[in-house]
Amino acid sequence: MIRSEVLKNLIPVISDHFVVCNIGLPSQELHLMDDQPTNFYMLGTMGLSSSIGLGVALAQKQKVISIDGDGSVLTNFGTLPTIANNVADNFILLIIDNGSYGSTGDQPTYAGMKTSLTNVARACGCENVIECDAEDAVSTMQVALDSNKMTIIVCKCESGNIKVPVIEMDPVVIRDRFMRELESRNA
Amino acid sequence: MSEIDKKIVNDFVNNKIEFVTTVPCKQLAGVIDEIDSNDSIYHIPSNKEDEGIGLCAGAFMGGKRSAIIMQNTAIGVTVNTLVTLTQFYRLPLPMLISYRGELGEPVACQVEMAVHTKALLAQLHIPTYHFHNEDDVNELDAILKHTFMCNKPVAILTDATFWKGY
Repeated sequence: MIRSEVLKNLIPVISDHFVVCNIGLPSQELHLMDDQPTNFYMLGTMGLSSSIGLGVALAQKQKVISIDGDGSVLTNFGTLPTIANNVADNFILLIIDNGSYGSTGDQPTYAGMKTSLTNVARACGCENVIECDAEDAVSTMQVALDSNKMTIIVCKCESGNIKVPVIEMDPVVIRDRFMRELESRNA
Repeated sequence: MSEIDKKIVNDFVNNKIEFVTTVPCKQLAGVIDEIDSNDSIYHIPSNKEDEGIGLCAGAFMGGKRSAIIMQNTAIGVTVNTLVTLTQFYRLPLPMLISYRGELGEPVACQVEMAVHTKALLAQLHIPTYHFHNEDDVNELDAILKHTFMCNKPVAILTDATFWKGY
């Protein structure tokens, strides 16, 4: 199972929540399959999905899911100690770990070799770290949502991509509708 | 903690800044202590400045005004994030920056980044204010209001003369 299939399966579970989605293909796939104001698409700035998501979660009460990739977490490793030491129980970090840089041509990442992001997250002090196979992504996400505990899910899947169009929506529109929806649900 | 540290944090609070990320700095240590002990501000130290700008972007979208405290060396680290996140999505971000490498600097290497600091900020079209004399701090309140009015990253450079050495 590849990332786009994992995302497609997850949509019924995550669609009702606020999602900060990683740059490149993950955002394009989510945009194609389930575009809505609760999605914040990153159009640039590789690596910061977890930081942006944690910031949103710490600032208000709605549940926030950051969708990240193994390559993006590797480029912003400092995020894991920050997450561990600033617990937000309305925050879930989903790392879709396909062992490759999908958006740039599937070059292998170290996470697909000797480095275990699950072990790194635990070593950084993160408390609820669950590694699962792609087939168990939906049930694992549901458990994390029901737990009301900050959770990091490392979902192992296969490398590979589908063809998706780029996002043409203006970044200010993406940001504005996300903020308005958050504000109305927190009202 | 000095009166200037207190004045800076009071201006933050009066401008409804409730979320501040910091990267350690000797010159700004008193401000960071004051931020940390202030009950109305959530202080979240970050490990690198681009991570911090991501946290600030998220907090602002979540409804809390945010700010970052960092050194001028971080301008080199954060160019991509400032351009593709803060500016592209039009997010306000006060950046309180210690301007290392100016008069009084004991560490030669700091001068190497100091000579590029204003040029980089100008190239990025980031409004930039330079605190050199003690009275310059009196502009901070207006600078913060300006930042949240125009939805831009704004740099406040504070040099060693402003901090009276270190």
